[in-house]
Amino acid sequence: MSVDARTPPTDGGHLLEVEGLKVSFRTEDGVVRAVDGVSFAIEPGEVVAIVGESGSGKSVTAMTLMGLTRSPNASFEGRAMFDGRDLVSATDDQLRKVRGAGIAMVFQDPMSSLDPVHRIGKQIVEQIRVHDKSVSKAQALDRAAELMERVGIPRARERLRSYPHEFSGGMRQRVMIAMALSNQPKLLIADEPTTALDVTIQAQILDELRQLRGETGAAIILVTHDLGVVADIADRIVVMYAGRVVEQGTLDEIFYDPQHPYTWGLLGSITRIDRDRSQRLPAIPGLPPSLLRPPEGCHFRPRCPHAFDRCTQVPELKARLADAPDHLDRCWIEPERKRSLRVVGDQIGLASEQAVVS
Amino acid sequence: MSRFVLRRLLSMIAVLLAISILTFLIFTAIPNPALRLAGRFPTPATLAHINHQWGFDRPVYVRYVLIMKLIFTGQIISYSQQVNVVHQIWVYLPVTASLAIGAGIIWLTMGILFGVLSAWRAGRWLDRGLTVLALIGVSMPVFFLGAVMSYYIGFKLGWLPPSDYVPFTQSPWEWFRHLIMPWIALSVLFIGVYSRVLRSTILDTTNDDYVRTARAKGLTERQVMGRHILRNSLIPIVTLFGLDFAAVIGGGAILTETVFNLHGVGQYAAQSVQALDIPPVLVITLFAAFVVVILGAVTDILYAYLDPRIRL
Repeated sequence: MSVDARTPPTDGGHLLEVEGLKVSFRTEDGVVRAVDGVSFAIEPGEVVAIVGESGSGKSVTAMTLMGLTRSPNASFEGRAMFDGRDLVSATDDQLRKVRGAGIAMVFQDPMSSLDPVHRIGKQIVEQIRVHDKSVSKAQALDRAAELMERVGIPRARERLRSYPHEFSGGMRQRVMIAMALSNQPKLLIADEPTTALDVTIQAQILDELRQLRGETGAAIILVTHDLGVVADIADRIVVMYAGRVVEQGTLDEIFYDPQHPYTWGLLGSITRIDRDRSQRLPAIPGLPPSLLRPPEGCHFRPRCPHAFDRCTQVPELKARLADAPDHLDRCWIEPERKRSLRVVGDQIGLASEQAVVS
Repeated sequence: MSRFVLRRLLSMIAVLLAISILTFLIFTAIPNPALRLAGRFPTPATLAHINHQWGFDRPVYVRYVLIMKLIFTGQIISYSQQVNVVHQIWVYLPVTASLAIGAGIIWLTMGILFGVLSAWRAGRWLDRGLTVLALIGVSMPVFFLGAVMSYYIGFKLGWLPPSDYVPFTQSPWEWFRHLIMPWIALSVLFIGVYSRVLRSTILDTTNDDYVRTARAKGLTERQVMGRHILRNSLIPIVTLFGLDFAAVIGGGAILTETVFNLHGVGQYAAQSVQALDIPPVLVITLFAAFVVVILGAVTDILYAYLDPRIRL
């Protein structure tokens, strides 16, 4: 089955629509609610960044779309409609046909994400042929060489015969991207694709992703904890905290008019070249809550210097600004008040001098 | 590759030297064998003659050199039977090789099969059942299992010959029928060990990142298991197999050979040790060491094939 022959999405034109996604894992200590009601939509060709710190549920959300979190102790709720099919309730076999074809994934650590015992070419060919048996091995190898060239690997034809350990980290991540693109996916999920790489290589890989998006028209979900990475490439940003989306909006909305104190904290802790370097880099005080026993109400409340009585109730994720209907957030504070609260020094940040309410 | 061969040859010489000296020294603790070789009521002249002929009247290191010379020129003669030991080994080796090769094939395939099934169904009833079976297999002594099989299947039911060996050249079918029970009896322990080892290696490998990548590519679980997980889990099994197979060839299957009355290298070694017959013991020890070293080299070559990151 050719990927292009699939029927276009019928429901309102979204490529992917995640609605009320909940993922929880039963552990010996209790139920961990890793993802607690996440909703977002992705349009064809769009780059959406899911941002949050470790344990915010961003990776679990991404992997759940691919069914990679399925296990006997996991349970799922909600929907994720892709190409007219719900990925959450799909059978393993239906999901398998989407994996690597309609949706492809690039993982965090390129050093360990390729099978060490098989040649690069064989690993790419494997992915091409598992979805389309009519492609011969020779044809698949040709396509693999093309893909490798496209992601900027020199002497691609020869290098198909190399093993992963003969490549550097950046080259391996290019191989991973080439592999992910091998069946012309409509959606590419990149889970912290640059985290394990050197800064210079990070920039190259991001460049590669940006170019590919232009060439292939594939939508990209970029999962990252680094807002600096996002600024380069994303159209829209979804900020997650402790299993929930706390804010989402366009790149400009999030960077210039952030509504949630957690977003302020993230923005405040980006290293900036124009910042006074005599000061310490600001950090958000405290730790993310345990997802076994998350705090009542707003999950960010224990770390938020601006928390007040009302924060013990969960704020709804909704548009709170009259002129930006697609800019959603979960914070009770009045938008007017936020404008003054979020300014620390002369930049956006999370105030730290105020006592942290626990 | 030539460096690898050279290194292996050097290490083989070192191993053989060390093993032969050790074995030889152990047997120097035995009182003068000339008294036993001379028969009853020997005259001092006979004793002196024997002492001189075998070098028993010379210093230890001279005796060592003397006996090693005899071994490597193929002229070594046993004390008790006065027959050429190397010729004896060639008589016994086909029996042991038949036993080892057949059993090796069985324990390797079954060990891998049970290991994969066990890991595939980890925690479910099939895994639990195989775990219990493996434990029974590991703890079942060969002499007991072999005797029970020989008695019930061979003697009571008469389905298979209860013991003895028929050369392959004489009748392939009878050779096969006679060896089925010894093969199984010898394999059971190894199947148990291999399946447990493979199960845990597979479960470790399953958490590796590239396995997640394989799933994300859209492979079926079977493809993920066969092409990626199992392929990356085979190294410990290859290691074990090299060692175990060499041990069995080198006479390590004494119990199986004894229970089923197979006159192989193991039985020959056991008899020689009982008779304090040093030449055959030395030859068999050296032969076993030789097999271990050779199979060790084969194992290393297999490693390099299984994992391209390993260089010879």
